[in-house]
Amino acid sequence: MEEEAVTTNILEMRGITKTFPGVKALQEVSLAVELGQVHAICGENGAGKSTLMKVLSGVYPHGTYEGDITFEGSPVAFKSINDSEAAGVVIIHQELALSPYLSIAENIFLGNEQQSNGWIDWNKTNLEAAKLLNRVGLHDNPVTKVTDLGVGKQQLVEIAKALSKRVKLLILDEPTAALNDEDSAHLLDLIKSLQAEGITSIIISHKLNEIKAIADKVTIIRDGKTIETIDMHADEVSEARIIKGMVGRDLESRFPEHAPNIGAELLRIENWTVHHALDSSRLVVNSANLSVRAGEIVGIAGLMGAGRTELAMSVFGHSYGTNISGTVYKRGERIDTSSVPAAIKNGLAYATEDRKRYGLNLLDDITRNISGSTLGKLASAFGFVDSLKESTVAEGYRKSLNIKAPSVLAITGKLSGGNQQKVVLSKWMYSDPEVLILDEPTRGIDVGAKYEIYTIINRLADEGKGVIVISSELPELLGICDRIFTLAEGRITSEVSRKDATAEYLMQFMTREQEKTTK
Amino acid sequence: MNGFRSALRYLTGQLRQIGLFIALIIIVVFFQIATAGITLAPINVSNLVVQNSYILILAIGMVMVIIAGHIDLSVGSVVAFVGAMSGVMITQWHIPWPVAIVLCLVVGALVGAWQGFWIAYFGIPAFIVTLAGMLAFRGAAQIALQNQQISPFPDSFRTLGSGFLPSFGTSGYEPLTLIIGAVAIIALVLTSIRGRLTRRKYELEDEPVWWFVLKLAFTAGLILLIAVLLASYNGTPIVLIVLGVLTVVYTAVMRSSVFGRHIYAIGGNLNAAALSGVKTKRVTFLLFVNMGVISAIAGLVFTAQLNLASPSAGTGFELDAIAAVFIGGAAVTGGIGTVTGAIVGGLIIGILNNGMSILGVGTEYQSLIKGLVLLAAVAFDVYNKRRSGGR
Repeated sequence: MEEEAVTTNILEMRGITKTFPGVKALQEVSLAVELGQVHAICGENGAGKSTLMKVLSGVYPHGTYEGDITFEGSPVAFKSINDSEAAGVVIIHQELALSPYLSIAENIFLGNEQQSNGWIDWNKTNLEAAKLLNRVGLHDNPVTKVTDLGVGKQQLVEIAKALSKRVKLLILDEPTAALNDEDSAHLLDLIKSLQAEGITSIIISHKLNEIKAIADKVTIIRDGKTIETIDMHADEVSEARIIKGMVGRDLESRFPEHAPNIGAELLRIENWTVHHALDSSRLVVNSANLSVRAGEIVGIAGLMGAGRTELAMSVFGHSYGTNISGTVYKRGERIDTSSVPAAIKNGLAYATEDRKRYGLNLLDDITRNISGSTLGKLASAFGFVDSLKESTVAEGYRKSLNIKAPSVLAITGKLSGGNQQKVVLSKWMYSDPEVLILDEPTRGIDVGAKYEIYTIINRLADEGKGVIVISSELPELLGICDRIFTLAEGRITSEVSRKDATAEYLMQFMTREQEKTTK
Repeated sequence: MNGFRSALRYLTGQLRQIGLFIALIIIVVFFQIATAGITLAPINVSNLVVQNSYILILAIGMVMVIIAGHIDLSVGSVVAFVGAMSGVMITQWHIPWPVAIVLCLVVGALVGAWQGFWIAYFGIPAFIVTLAGMLAFRGAAQIALQNQQISPFPDSFRTLGSGFLPSFGTSGYEPLTLIIGAVAIIALVLTSIRGRLTRRKYELEDEPVWWFVLKLAFTAGLILLIAVLLASYNGTPIVLIVLGVLTVVYTAVMRSSVFGRHIYAIGGNLNAAALSGVKTKRVTFLLFVNMGVISAIAGLVFTAQLNLASPSAGTGFELDAIAAVFIGGAAVTGGIGTVTGAIVGGLIIGILNNGMSILGVGTEYQSLIKGLVLLAAVAFDVYNKRRSGGR
């Protein structure tokens, strides 16, 4: 069987190495997918799963990576998504790429219009769309606008679109991340039925129970390398087995030594509940309770879509979500965090996970970014900013945090990720908060700069501030936090102190799904 | 040689800033030659200042709006409406003109508050709200004037638009203008040097000395030239004082007031500004109130200058003001721009208008050429940004 497998593999990727400036995202990754199987790819956030799929689908064109790809027995060199789709490889991204104000049928045939002599044949378009919708089990009228569909149905439209392209290998990136249980179950059934039609699927997922339910094989990727491929039928595979593969890295990545000096409770969040910003019937954070003490570094571990950022942003000035309820206490007293200025006034700070979109004015210089949240502090009675003091402050942070830039007048858009992050941290340090929430503080930052960021975090804790760190990287949380909360599907699933925490333990609670209450 | 090369590198870094001034100089020199010296004749310089003043005033408000990532299409109609109101107040209601001026500024603020409300708190794009305002306030001007023109205005009110500061001496150079010019130069030199010294003390200076001196000398020379030219004609136009004060005040506001800095923050990254605790809605609202007041000032100046309140006044002013702002280096996406840039951009348009009129170029060609200049200026900007790595 193992020997024959070579001939029945629909896809083989060998020795794939992909380098971004400063980072090796993939190193000698290999993947073999057997014809007609459902093949799962597992790994932590940032392990390189999506990058691998982008290599496969031609998003990163041939030549920008090293290694070979063989599809249906012959070597291929996709230069664009069009190339890979022509060959029958279709990828469905996590963020759906449908045009909301076009109909289902128009979306399905977008770029592949059913035409005669340059005029669209609407009857054919809608008829063909209806056939495809039937195959994916969606019984809506093809002229319905996509914006009127829920996310689950939109996902099905994406799959119908893939089928219209005569897909042979379907790649689904976190397909159930945004779906409710019913829609997820339907989707998994659909993948099974497509398998019966002979369509091979690659599914990227964090949800281990789903993988167990539908995958024939699982390939685990960690730190940009293939760790192993597990045959789900051959071995007695437990979730613990997969978790071990996902996190089992040597914890030797260095963290600065830090002896915590923990005081009284500083901030407590009680019964925090948040609904989705666009779909107010969906719970994003579900009565979460957490607290942080003075001088303590508290971690929040959760997979993508667990509601980490939503939790943080809703606490910080209700910047995300609708129907927010719950209470925030500082030193036992209830505080108002319902607007950003109020949250800042009450001693909170939030450094976003997406520096470029939410954290910095990339057009402006370091000085003005650092003073951005605290201009009032620098202003005279007439509302004019003391620019000299402002520059001195910025210069002080440039030196003490080692921001590498020619001067504080350098434009932040031109700095490296690590230095941009230091500017964001400076901004919030200058606002002199009591509690800092740092969302993915080391995302997209190289190892050396990470160490510096950890040092800064420790320094903040030593100053008696409470620090909450949200991170996808478990070693990072284990390396710097005094206490860690795990978050799964918007609920706090466990709380563990540093000495009791292991990566396996955290992953177990991060992947814990809510017990089904209905059905 | 090495010094020369680093100097060159510094200059290319400042290309946009210098480019604007070089363009201005080239245009002035071109017309000076083409019109056989008429362009820089004292009477023409005086006219240039007076006739472009209201566009330059509007450009000051417009650059702020555009930096915040918005646009205001209604300013031309607001000019007409405020002009109409001033006419009604002064000639029909017989309100003393100084009181009428204050009331007109209040009217401008209310107009701005009306538009600012829909934009900031209701979330309608500024393009739509001010397009509606462009139609509505044009109508309001016609209603207020009952489709008639109002003229004349009291002489004392007219001096606001076309008057000069009192002159001493009847022939030769007018001393008061020279004194104002000298004071302006001294103030400029002193504040520049003082600023540089303090920055040096804190090791925050990165501008080469030669460039500092060159820039200072150029600006001082420019002021001197204008002062001498004005002094040899009628002296200092009052609108120049108004314009000068507005320029200085708003440059300071945009450079170092909390309000101005929040405008840059909103235009540069609205989300980041909101998450930094900037009250984005309030800033946007006040921005449009401010634009309304500035439009009112422009409307008063224009009415006083023409000695006429007309329902069709100010038609197309918004486009001239927007063009001035973009020629002056503001970014279409917001976040970038300066008050001085907008002023220079407005001067470029003004000198083009003036020079082409003197040369007898037809209005159809004037419009064509101005359009190409605007496109070229923005294309240069985009090219420059792409060359430097872009964002």
